[in-house]
Amino acid sequence: MSHLLEVRDLEVKFALRSGDITAIDGASFTLDPGERMGLVGESGAGKSVTGFAIINLISKPGFISRGSIHFEGNEISAYSPARMRRIRGNRISMIFQDPMMTLNPVYTIGFQMIETLQAHRNISKAQARAIALDKLQKVYIPSPEKRLSQYPHELSGGMRQRIIIAISLLADPAIIIADEPTTALDVTIQAEIMDLLQELCENEKMGLILITHDLGVVSQVTEKIAVMYAGKIIEYGPTETVVHHPVHPYTIGLIGSIPGTIEPGKDLKQIPGMMPTLTNIPPGCAFNPRCELAAEICTQKTPVLEEKQNGIMAACHMK
Amino acid sequence: MFAFIIRRILQAVVVMLVISLVVFAIQKEFGDPVRDLVGERVTPEERQQIADKMGLNDPFFFQYARFVKNAVTKGDLGRSFLYNKPNLEVIINHAPATIELVLGTALIIMVLSLPLGVYCALKPRSWLSRFTMSFSTLGVSMPVFLTAILLIYLFAVHWRILPSYGRGETVDLFGNGIWMTGLLTIDGLKHLILPCISLSTLMLPLFIRLIRSEMMEVLETEYIKYAWAKGLSPRRVWLVHAFKNTLLPVITVFGVQIGIMFAFTLLTELVFQWPGMGFMFLEAVNRADLSLLIAYLVVVAALFVVVNTVVDILYGFINPTVRIAGTK
Ligand SMILES: Nc1ncnc2c1ncn2[C@@H]1O[C@H](COP(=O)(O)OP(=O)(O)O)[C@@H](O)[C@H]1O
Ligand code: SF4
Ligand SMILES: [Mg+2]
Repeated sequence: MSHLLEVRDLEVKFALRSGDITAIDGASFTLDPGERMGLVGESGAGKSVTGFAIINLISKPGFISRGSIHFEGNEISAYSPARMRRIRGNRISMIFQDPMMTLNPVYTIGFQMIETLQAHRNISKAQARAIALDKLQKVYIPSPEKRLSQYPHELSGGMRQRIIIAISLLADPAIIIADEPTTALDVTIQAEIMDLLQELCENEKMGLILITHDLGVVSQVTEKIAVMYAGKIIEYGPTETVVHHPVHPYTIGLIGSIPGTIEPGKDLKQIPGMMPTLTNIPPGCAFNPRCELAAEICTQKTPVLEEKQNGIMAACHMK
Repeated sequence: MFAFIIRRILQAVVVMLVISLVVFAIQKEFGDPVRDLVGERVTPEERQQIADKMGLNDPFFFQYARFVKNAVTKGDLGRSFLYNKPNLEVIINHAPATIELVLGTALIIMVLSLPLGVYCALKPRSWLSRFTMSFSTLGVSMPVFLTAILLIYLFAVHWRILPSYGRGETVDLFGNGIWMTGLLTIDGLKHLILPCISLSTLMLPLFIRLIRSEMMEVLETEYIKYAWAKGLSPRRVWLVHAFKNTLLPVITVFGVQIGIMFAFTLLTELVFQWPGMGFMFLEAVNRADLSLLIAYLVVVAALFVVVNTVVDILYGFINPTVRIAGTK
């Protein structure tokens, strides 16, 4: 059985002057059609880089150094720039974190929507406009006609993120990658945007990779979770199980001692200590300085991600 | 947009008033209009009479108001004893040469700096970019007269393909004797080439660097990364999305610099014996024709303000954010 998206043993490095650093270290996960996955972890864990790696758009000194990305039956990590362009914004759309910075300030909403469609389909401006209007209605934008001729600065942050969601829908993609789509928004609007995303993915049978800090949102929206720590996926399994019976000590710490108390809007719990920076990851398990269960082996051998219990995969020697 | 334009023009008027006030005060302090009119050989009593008649003993602001009124309604900026003509007429006779010199230079700067600046931003490691950047460092550090003399030596003396001084053949643009242009004859255009190149070396490197750094900054923004994520082609991302955002700050600087250039033609005009306003200015300095100098300052300031205002309004048309702010 092949998956819609299969990322296997992905390694991403950044070529810095002091040498290469590994930002993503052997990440593997899959996504099936219409499936929704949450990618969680502290800031700097490698979530965004993972998302951008899928569409081969890692910021400058970064590059994919190993692994495969299989999408709709093709190995896309080896695609030429021209072929990759036919996937971006067409088969896989991305939603960025800050809607205030995402749209080009000097072009109208209509311009930025129509050009996206015309980049991928051989259609007229009028046809593209009609599709753009349809998508704006899908994201419940009031008076969509008027929006097409407006500039980004004339719209609020929440409205802009709706428009960006509409842009991501334009070409009816198979997957949307949403990188903390509500972090930059007012708390009151966050839930609306999340509900909208969930509704659209369900209705249109789109896959979703949701990158977020908000465990409550993940448990509400997604079917499975990958937890990242210092560039590695350290726990991976069905959302329901991971949230209520986490295996990895890091995940347990994140969720807190009393499972089942997670509500939307509640952030990850603070764990004493800090995640190491990529240049000084401790030997063995990267989590060992902060781990209550750490034993001698944890500083000597790096644990691999393997099946533990209830269908959860985790990377820990003690479980 | 209309309100924005009106406001911008009002600002320009206020700036001109302030400049004219300062200039008028200088003239009042150091000038001697009686001498300009009748020379030195009059008795003090006669001087007094003439001064009274000319209104030179009226209150300061009264005189200033008359100065502005005469300047605006009659175009009267005083009289040059050197040329024995109204100052404005002298300046108008010399202005076309300078304006054409500045226009030619602006054209060279635009045509070269845009593609080069953009290219250097997109391919910073290519040999053409490296060459351009080192060459522009040289251009900045080389004094204009040295460039000019070098150009004259190469093109006029050594290869003998371009003329080295004067405007060459000119024709009457409007048929009324005001605007003698060198743009319509081959000879006139040939004469324009070396002075324009020499004047452009001053600001061309500056603009290449400005465009390059603005473009590089824009290329790092989120909206450019988003343009890539939408699957747009490199041409579209660079020339549509990045270019327009690069151009906005550049346009403003361009306006200011072109305005400033009117005052910087002095050396070029001197070296190339170019009969423009700068040349005239140097003559006026030589012969201490203060009245003409003052009039020159007013006119150059006016040109500067007009160029800036036009460019700002142009900018308002291109930048949607300004347009909104203007209508509020
Ligand atoms: N442009 C870059 N240059 C160098 N290192 C980078 C760059 N972008 C990301 N990284 C490295 O990759 C790590 C993961 O970044 P990121 O995926 O953005 O984290 P997050 O999980 O918060 O989204 C960062 O800690 C940083 O060390
Ligand atoms: S491997 Fe060791 S240090 Fe790492 S999480 Fe498991 S117990 Fe803790
Ligand atoms: Mg991130």
